[in-house]
Amino acid sequence: MSTILIIFCVLAAVTVLTAFLTIFSRNPIHSALYLVICFFSIAGHYLLLNSQFLAVVHIIVYSGAIMILFLFTIMLMNLNKENEVHKPRITRLGAIVSFCLICLVLLTVFINSKPIVGEYISTGDDYQSIKVLGKVLLNEYMVPFEFASILLLVAMIGTVLLSKKEKTEK
Amino acid sequence: MDSSIIIEKSVIILVVFAITMVMAMYSTLAERKVAAWLQDRIGPNRAGKGGLLQPLADGLKLFSKEEFEPNTPNRFLFFVGPAIAMSTALMTSAVIPWGDRFHLFGRDIILQATDIDVALLYVIGVMSVGVYGIMIGGWASNNKFSLMGAVRAASQMISYEVAMGLSIIALLMMTGTLSLREISAQQPGMHWNVFYQPLSFFIFLICAFAETNRTPFDLAECETELIGGYHTEYSSMKMGFYLFAEYANMFISSTILAVLFFGGYNYPGMSSAVENWGVNIANVIGIAVLFAKICGFIFLYMWVRWTIPRFRYDQLMHLGWRILIPLSIINIIITGIVILRAEIAIYLGF
Repeated sequence: MSTILIIFCVLAAVTVLTAFLTIFSRNPIHSALYLVICFFSIAGHYLLLNSQFLAVVHIIVYSGAIMILFLFTIMLMNLNKENEVHKPRITRLGAIVSFCLICLVLLTVFINSKPIVGEYISTGDDYQSIKVLGKVLLNEYMVPFEFASILLLVAMIGTVLLSKKEKTEK
Repeated sequence: MDSSIIIEKSVIILVVFAITMVMAMYSTLAERKVAAWLQDRIGPNRAGKGGLLQPLADGLKLFSKEEFEPNTPNRFLFFVGPAIAMSTALMTSAVIPWGDRFHLFGRDIILQATDIDVALLYVIGVMSVGVYGIMIGGWASNNKFSLMGAVRAASQMISYEVAMGLSIIALLMMTGTLSLREISAQQPGMHWNVFYQPLSFFIFLICAFAETNRTPFDLAECETELIGGYHTEYSSMKMGFYLFAEYANMFISSTILAVLFFGGYNYPGMSSAVENWGVNIANVIGIAVLFAKICGFIFLYMWVRWTIPRFRYDQLMHLGWRILIPLSIINIIITGIVILRAEIAIYLGF
């Protein structure tokens, strides 16, 4: 086995294990921390694919910003109670049914899916360099890039608007 | 990979690690000495000549103290907190160019552990991960004061990370690269970035103070309100790790300030030194110059500590979100206009 394969197997095991632990751990803070480890191992997968930029940005955005805000909320709202209240039977039944349906859909998708790119051809461009990445992003994929940024802006404005208290009429 | 590269890099990593540790150790002494000097006192002078062995004595004391543990259900996380703080403080130094290339044993040696393409983003990434050490430690202490201190520190750090990232963008538009090695190579002689991007430098400096939790932004350990902040429950060497991580962070952020804005290892007359005395001697001077710049910034940290009083929490957030972020966005726009001035002139028909 080559070194890359060994690293991949270890990373994949860590990813899957921490992803399951995220769901199964009772304490919300523990499950948030497992999710952080999961994000780090995914960044490791990006590094294995030789995309340093994506790996670093993934760590900055997901582990450095989003998960910290998650932890904030959990810590400040004091949600770290271990004893979970039992949900009513109808809720549990609904969860099981929807899980089975999702499994069915995913299974059919995976069975029927065909790879779009049959054979990978090297273009000769070094896509781990930021210069190439920036040029591609702002020339070829200019419109989707701008749309994504507008989407983020709209989400941000929406959040500010929602969190603002409405002024009471005098 | 041939074995000589592995040996070379291992030696560089070990030396950088040792230097970071020693600098952090002696920063504690320097802090007390500078404080004493600014307040017209003598400062620590009992251990060794002029107090030179004081850091060793402090370390010995911390190691030999009894270790208390709070009654917490998360003993493992309580232990992990200081470990994360310390390791993230030491990880950043991997991408910093400590000098230009040496020519020894018939081959070129680059004084840098690794030269990655996204070095500056790596630094920001490690910095943002460092918040976890504080948050986990403060939460696992099972103490309301620690938790409030941790939340304060973390919200302060992520707020100022935004302004810091935006201030760097203006610099990146000018340099066109994220590699710290290329950025320092672009500033030969006195062509330091601070003269071209002064606003960016000031915003970065303020954010660096906030990121390292130093006065005037040390609200996380605001004694009058929060006892000791996130490390209230820590004792012995675990608390030592938190304090030590702060000094290591101070050293690293001073280094990044020196490399990004003050030319790194460059000094006026470096090219003539290379011609007259050879590459190696010119480089030794360069390393000395870099460390002089770093020490200057560390002194600035200590000077500010005894000059500016601590901000109130709402003032801190106001400064970060309402002043520094708009300022850095204006700086980005101005930089963009200056870079594209030729195209804009043609477009407007001059």
